[in-house]
Amino acid sequence: MNMKVDLCGVTLNNPVMTASGTFGAGEEYSEFVDLNRLGAVVTKGVANVPWEGNPTPRVAEVYGGMLNAIGLQNPGIDIFIERDIPFLKKYDTKIVVNVCGHTTEEYVEVVERLADQPVDLLEINISCPNVREGGIAFGQKPEMVEQITKEIKKHAAQPVIMKLSPNVTDIGEMARAAEAGGADGLSLINTITGMKIDIDRRCFVLANRTGGMSGPAVHPVAVRMVYQAAQAVKIPIVGMGGIMNAEDAIEMILAGATAISVGTANFTNPKATMEIVDGIRDYMQRYQVKDMRELIGAVHDR
Amino acid sequence: MQARVGKFEETAIIIRQEEIADDIYSMWLRTDEIASHAKAGQFVSVYCNEGSRLLPRPISICEIDKKDGAIRLVYRVAGKGTEEFSHMRTGMQLRVVGPLGNGFPLKHKKAFLIGGGIGIPPMLELAKALDCEKHIVLGFRDELFLLEDFQGKGQIYIATEDGSAGTEGNVLDAIRENGLSADIIYACGPTPMLRALKEYAAKNQIECWISMEERMACGIGACLACVCKSKEKDAHTNVKNKRICKEGPVFRAEEVEF
Repeated sequence: MNMKVDLCGVTLNNPVMTASGTFGAGEEYSEFVDLNRLGAVVTKGVANVPWEGNPTPRVAEVYGGMLNAIGLQNPGIDIFIERDIPFLKKYDTKIVVNVCGHTTEEYVEVVERLADQPVDLLEINISCPNVREGGIAFGQKPEMVEQITKEIKKHAAQPVIMKLSPNVTDIGEMARAAEAGGADGLSLINTITGMKIDIDRRCFVLANRTGGMSGPAVHPVAVRMVYQAAQAVKIPIVGMGGIMNAEDAIEMILAGATAISVGTANFTNPKATMEIVDGIRDYMQRYQVKDMRELIGAVHDR
Repeated sequence: MQARVGKFEETAIIIRQEEIADDIYSMWLRTDEIASHAKAGQFVSVYCNEGSRLLPRPISICEIDKKDGAIRLVYRVAGKGTEEFSHMRTGMQLRVVGPLGNGFPLKHKKAFLIGGGIGIPPMLELAKALDCEKHIVLGFRDELFLLEDFQGKGQIYIATEDGSAGTEGNVLDAIRENGLSADIIYACGPTPMLRALKEYAAKNQIECWISMEERMACGIGACLACVCKSKEKDAHTNVKNKRICKEGPVFRAEEVEF
């Protein structure tokens, strides 16, 4: 039985990755998870310089989900290269570095700094709903998506995965724009912009007013968008959005994802990623699936 | 053999639970690893059984019984998650991760242990752990709780907002009214109380340790939800933010800004 998948020319031992921002750079969760068992660790977004992020409260729970507005707090690329990459190198897993910035130049600077680093893939965050400049500003217009993808591809030494926002009218159009810009792969969905109001105090729960919604409540939306993106492009897709267990992961793969990322589920169950790897293996045994690739995009009409 | 350190995920069994004041519950949990590794001022993440509630509830540890492998949590029902916990009975199970955070440093010199409201519970284990002269100052809105548990662990002073017991006012009013002094402050409670204590400690040049609170998600330092502002750049985050769940929840008052 083969659980390996090829993601933009990089072979993952299995399709299970972590969703950026939920897993730090792996160190904290390594007390619960054997990182060697994951297909890849996707790091928290890193910028050219340290970012302080948003004021607190930064998170709120909602029914079947949560909102976050961390604001891409990160220690900057210097510390990241010095501390976080060497930590991850100790494990037999692939390293995907999520890159954020306010301007094209900032993204490019990080991408260039990573060029000689032992990093397998880059995930470019053009879809964070919680920062005013950069982030989602690049991810909601197809021409912007294509342009920034082109710029990043000019400077990147590793394959480039563009992380797309669900806060758009036509996800297929965005997917095609990234592909036209030369993206090696896509990842989606980032969080859906939401809001929660404290009715006793009549105030916004989050200091940022709005936050990105994640968790099982968004999973059907994510499955639909991954399916539509997969129909629109030929490049591989990393599917994410509310994956809580192996069933959710397989659904995403059947919709067209080559690999999947587990995010909010880590908060609910620190061992979720490993359990999902085990669950996918069980599913393959039960249905006598010899190769993961048989499942990718295998959904059909009833 | 070296003891295992770190955090543990356990299925804890409820030994007993009772409502000790209006909406305030005391729950003893059987947890082998967490109980044997926990110390005063640390907290645990308690997970809901109801699947729509995704995030663990961070709850401070009120007492640790290492001999019987048990911890006591005293919490206020503040939402649907804590309400779920409040309905649970002896023998039922809860998933718990811990011990989390740093805990209080144990410095055996004349101490103020100051708790306000639902910040009172963690001071109980601290009172048991500290072997020195202690002034235990507890601030309540109106209804008193945990008082009997503190008996014999130090001199106890009470403040109530409505004046129904002890000093009318807050914990600092109780300190002033009783003419108390100490060489170190340990405190947990609402932000205005902590802010006043930070100022009081600075003015009187007393070492002051406070336990902070913030909305959390992961509880282990990965998600950066529960940060507080710090005076200096933090070594891990590389910005002036400290993770309450990891570098805290206990900080030197002067190193954090709130």
